[in-house]
Amino acid sequence: MTKILRKPNLVLTALFIFLLQPSLFAKSDEGHEGAVDTKDEVGEYILHHIKDAHDFHLFSYTDSHGERKHVGFPLPVIVWSSKGLTTFMSSKFHHDDSGHYIVEANGTRFVKLHSKIYELDEGATTVSFDEEHHPTNAHKVLDFSITKSVFGILLVGLLMFIWFAGLARQYKKKKIPTGFGRVLEPLVLYVRDEIARPNIGEKRYREFTGYLLTVFFFIWILNLLGLTPLGFNVTGQLAVTAALAIFTLIIYTFKGNKGYWGHMLWMPGVPYLIRPVLAIIEVAGAFLIKPFSLLVRLFANISAGHIVVMSLIAIMVTMKSEMGAVGATSLSFVLSFFITLIEVLVAFLQAYIFTMLSALFIGMAVEEHDHH
Amino acid sequence: MTVPNLVGAGLIVIGAGIGLGKIGGSAMEGIARQPEATGKIQTAMIIIAALLEGLAFGALFLGK
Amino acid sequence: MEQLLNDFSPGLFVMQTVLLLGLIFLLVKFAWKPILNSLESREKGIQDALDAAEVAKKEMQNITADSESLLKEARAERESLLKEARELKEKILADAKEEAQKEGDKMIAKAQASIESEKKAAVADIKAQVATLSIDIAEKVIKDELSNKSKQQKLVDDMLGDIKLN
Repeated sequence: MTKILRKPNLVLTALFIFLLQPSLFAKSDEGHEGAVDTKDEVGEYILHHIKDAHDFHLFSYTDSHGERKHVGFPLPVIVWSSKGLTTFMSSKFHHDDSGHYIVEANGTRFVKLHSKIYELDEGATTVSFDEEHHPTNAHKVLDFSITKSVFGILLVGLLMFIWFAGLARQYKKKKIPTGFGRVLEPLVLYVRDEIARPNIGEKRYREFTGYLLTVFFFIWILNLLGLTPLGFNVTGQLAVTAALAIFTLIIYTFKGNKGYWGHMLWMPGVPYLIRPVLAIIEVAGAFLIKPFSLLVRLFANISAGHIVVMSLIAIMVTMKSEMGAVGATSLSFVLSFFITLIEVLVAFLQAYIFTMLSALFIGMAVEEHDHH
Repeated sequence: MTVPNLVGAGLIVIGAGIGLGKIGGSAMEGIARQPEATGKIQTAMIIIAALLEGLAFGALFLGK
Repeated sequence: MEQLLNDFSPGLFVMQTVLLLGLIFLLVKFAWKPILNSLESREKGIQDALDAAEVAKKEMQNITADSESLLKEARAERESLLKEARELKEKILADAKEEAQKEGDKMIAKAQASIESEKKAAVADIKAQVATLSIDIAEKVIKDELSNKSKQQKLVDDMLGDIKLN
């Protein structure tokens, strides 16, 4: 195992070959999810894409028999239902996302509806909806599935571990890393010297640099992964960004020193009557506004980026009748090419801003206040 | 999305755009005046822009 | 807002939290700590090397200054030695000259003195001879006078003539 790990390129190549084996994972489906042609279908498809998914879906095509084929592979579903922990493969849903397929497992029935898994109430065999298309006889379950996002997180975690543990091992033998480590080292130095050190301060930056480095590379690699045709949208999941923001919140709340709490709860140097008002504002800022702005910014930027890129790609389909196939395709290509370039920049910028603001908030919490 | 929602979103975007423009413009001016402070100005600019962005997104999502 | 909350997946949140916690732990233990430690030790090594180079440079400067001052000293010494030697030479020369002068003067004085005394002796000798001659002459004159008057005259004349020749 260690021998394979030492050759990260090998692992990566194997992984990609594994991902791109259509014949192994092709699944036939009786034309339920048709081709995406109209504007409404495109909109639906994009909104579907930015959500999490329970299977890894690369592309679909209609074969010569008029059968709709989906290329990808299923991922395990792990849910905490009323009967306890239940697991089955997502292939049992047959790419259904509207509650048609009912999976029976562990004595309960499950349906998938808009990328969410619902457990049918006792005795129900089909889902019934109210006028707002909410299911009336099913309820959400706590879903610990290895969804596409979790798969992406695992993949990036593995990649980061291989890369950076490899870099760490290189230092044992030589002073200056070679190969890919030479690319990683300046990035590590950048985060340490441009983000951690100036914002937290010379004295205490060491203890937070590990967290900041992890978060920076985690977000950046996942952002970039989202730009590949693999269709990940991990940093565009509210749950993921919320977890990241809450990590930062926990760190600066628990590492905050006396001066930080003093300035938050009983601001020195202002009239006594104003202090409680300021305290309310400061507490709201520390516990709501700061983490909320962190989580929403990352989520919104990445989701918006995905929507824009996919909409521009969809010009190919939606403008075909107005501009002809060649015109629509070239317009779509040019626009989506440039937006993708900008998105590459945004991918870095959002990772940078998240890390930077985390460092800034931590720095504010551990800063030594001189007494007034 | 209803029409009032869309109008609200437009207003938010206009406000955020004005704010971002002001931040960017002032930062450019500052950099032109003191090119040696470029790094510091950029950092401060990105932080303020990020805060503004957070506010704008917050408002957009509240209206969604 | 409602749709966002509906999209929020608590399960994914839990998974992300657990996985991120594990990732942070693993990376801090196996990657960041060794990387940052070795980066720091490398930076420290570079800083130390730079400091050492600075110290060496200073030392070098000191040595150069030292050698320069030594050279200066040596040059000054040589200068003073040369000067001394020159002075000595001049003094010796002057001394020798003076000595020679003195010796010469002395010799001249001696010579003069001896010349003087010779002269005096000669003069005295001459005087004595003259006296003897005179006496002789007088004796002869007196003898001739005594024998022949004319002869006596002639003798006197001859003698006088002899004296002139002398």
